Amino acid sequence: MQRKVRDNKAWFLVLPVFILVAFSAIVPIMTVVNYSVQDIFDQNTAYFVGAEWYREMLRNPALLDSLGRQFFFSFSVLAIEVPLGIAIALVMPTKGRMAAVSLILVAIPLLIPWNVVGTIWQIFSRADIGLFGYAVNALGIDYNYTSDPTAAWLTVLLMDVWHWTPLIALLCYSGLRAIPEAFYQAARIDRASKWAIFRHIQLPRLKSVLVIGVLLRFMDSFMIYTEPFVLTGGGPGNSTTFLSQALTQMAIGQFDIGPAAAFSLIYYLIVLLVCYAFFTAINQLDKAK
Amino acid sequence: MAEIRLKSLAHSYKSKPTSPDDYAIREMNHVWHQGGAYALLGPSGCGKSTLLNIISGLLAPSNGDVLFDGKKVNDIPPEERNIAQVFQFPVVYDSMTVFDNLAFPLRNMKISEDKVHSRVIEIAAVLELSDLLKNKAKNLTADEKQKVSMGRGLVRSDVSAILFDEPLTVIDPHLKWKLRRKLKQIHEQFNITMVYVTHDQLEASTFADKIAVMYGGQIVQFGTPRELFEKPNHAFVGYFIGSPGMNLIEVKKTKSGLKFNNTLVSLNPEMQVALDRVSTSNIKIGIRPEFVHVWDDKAEGAFECDVLHTEDLGTYKIITMKLDGEVLKVRIHEDRAVPTKKAYISFPEQWLKVYVDEYLVDIEEPEDEEKETV
Repeated sequence: MQRKVRDNKAWFLVLPVFILVAFSAIVPIMTVVNYSVQDIFDQNTAYFVGAEWYREMLRNPALLDSLGRQFFFSFSVLAIEVPLGIAIALVMPTKGRMAAVSLILVAIPLLIPWNVVGTIWQIFSRADIGLFGYAVNALGIDYNYTSDPTAAWLTVLLMDVWHWTPLIALLCYSGLRAIPEAFYQAARIDRASKWAIFRHIQLPRLKSVLVIGVLLRFMDSFMIYTEPFVLTGGGPGNSTTFLSQALTQMAIGQFDIGPAAAFSLIYYLIVLLVCYAFFTAINQLDKAK
Repeated sequence: MAEIRLKSLAHSYKSKPTSPDDYAIREMNHVWHQGGAYALLGPSGCGKSTLLNIISGLLAPSNGDVLFDGKKVNDIPPEERNIAQVFQFPVVYDSMTVFDNLAFPLRNMKISEDKVHSRVIEIAAVLELSDLLKNKAKNLTADEKQKVSMGRGLVRSDVSAILFDEPLTVIDPHLKWKLRRKLKQIHEQFNITMVYVTHDQLEASTFADKIAVMYGGQIVQFGTPRELFEKPNHAFVGYFIGSPGMNLIEVKKTKSGLKFNNTLVSLNPEMQVALDRVSTSNIKIGIRPEFVHVWDDKAEGAFECDVLHTEDLGTYKIITMKLDGEVLKVRIHEDRAVPTKKAYISFPEQWLKVYVDEYLVDIEEPEDEEKETV
């Protein structure tokens, strides 16, 4: 038998991955960490400030406001898009030409570039020339998203629902198609009601795609930038200014690199933490006997 | 309690069938008696699952009627037919416990919870699932899941027939035997009509009292395992049942017997008379490998064959031979010496079957077996 060789040569084999990850993730993040602990005046003048920027950011009312707004937005989006997406998937035709047609129709919003989505809704919702805005006003409802914060909020929500519900719908559609016909046949023989079929066959088997859907939608909505930026520019006032936009204003608009870096990291940790919490909670549900 | 009768039943998946080939089920009349254990045996694609789904009501037949105890049920949906079906891949409700799975059909029927409880406990005991009642169905093994899906049928006191669609496909071999015995035991205990679809002749013959062999959308023979073996009614039954299947040789009719290449197989006079009335050229002779007589040496009337090869299967041997250009399989006992190079065989008259247009030419007096007429 050949003697086992013990040395560190295996490290060479994983080296390419290390290099790739270093350049794609670790180096950029460390740059941000570097900025977040210094006060930089110019290229040659920088002072180490420790956790000062972090403390300051966590007390900054403007950022805390947008953080609150951001959470509210993300949870609203999930609360609307997940049930709506499931409902759409359930009523989509499964066979024949209509299945293909409906798939394409549902997928269209996903194929539109994000800033175009913003532009579409910007025009579509305008009270003077937009089809939607004009129609709502014609019904006697006072609606103007450029001046009324509630209207602005609802428009941003509606836009996101329009843009991203198809993702949940398509994921669920694929999940539903993966359920063998025998389950429905057995359920019929067991005299299960439509609700019982949904509750005991469809929903449990959609769980894995829903985990992906919820995580993706949470992360994406929590980092939303382009569409509201184009649609409302964050206004009126700051009513639709979400975290990314606040951060960009700070980093690029005011060039406050240190505080912006500190805030980026806090932002990043929040996304990571919430995703982790979601994931663990769902897995725990699974394990419960 | 149900007797299931199929009357002029046919089914096509095409909306406008034109030729017989368009039919998954060709017109048939058949009866499954109350309380019987039946198998529906056939190769993949012969229409056996289609037939099962028509009986359970998951599929509406394009022609003919399904009758339960003489009552037409064509328009009655599966949930009202008082049948249960066990599928090839176990169907359990993952998110529920075993108890809730078994209780599910009863709860859907709005039966009071204490009745549900006692019935579930009773059936779980029969199926040996009592210890698992509190477990999530998701974590069960395949055979336990299959028992749970059968249990969902058994809990209902109104169930009069259980249909099985290849239920042992995903079960480990050593558990197949156990589960099959359980099925048999349940059949005896509950007096329920059971129809068991399979492509495995061993499964069919251990489970069923009577087997219906399906081929090309038709039931070509319905009989006990022994009848199927000793007197295959159709060339396909001969070929499909048995291991290896029947030797079938295409032959031509002559005045003195049946001939292939230069070999003449003589027939008894009655058979000769029967064949005189036949006009088709599709004639085959068939003999099971078990029934070919192998002589120790040259014998009068024996055919000389070339021995091609021998497979030793422990308790028996299968010899492959060539007789005048036709390959034959012959099965002999393990103790018999295997002929080398040349072998001398003959076909005992009682085991030599003649098939005209694939169907057996039956010259014996019909035995006093019950004939089904619809």
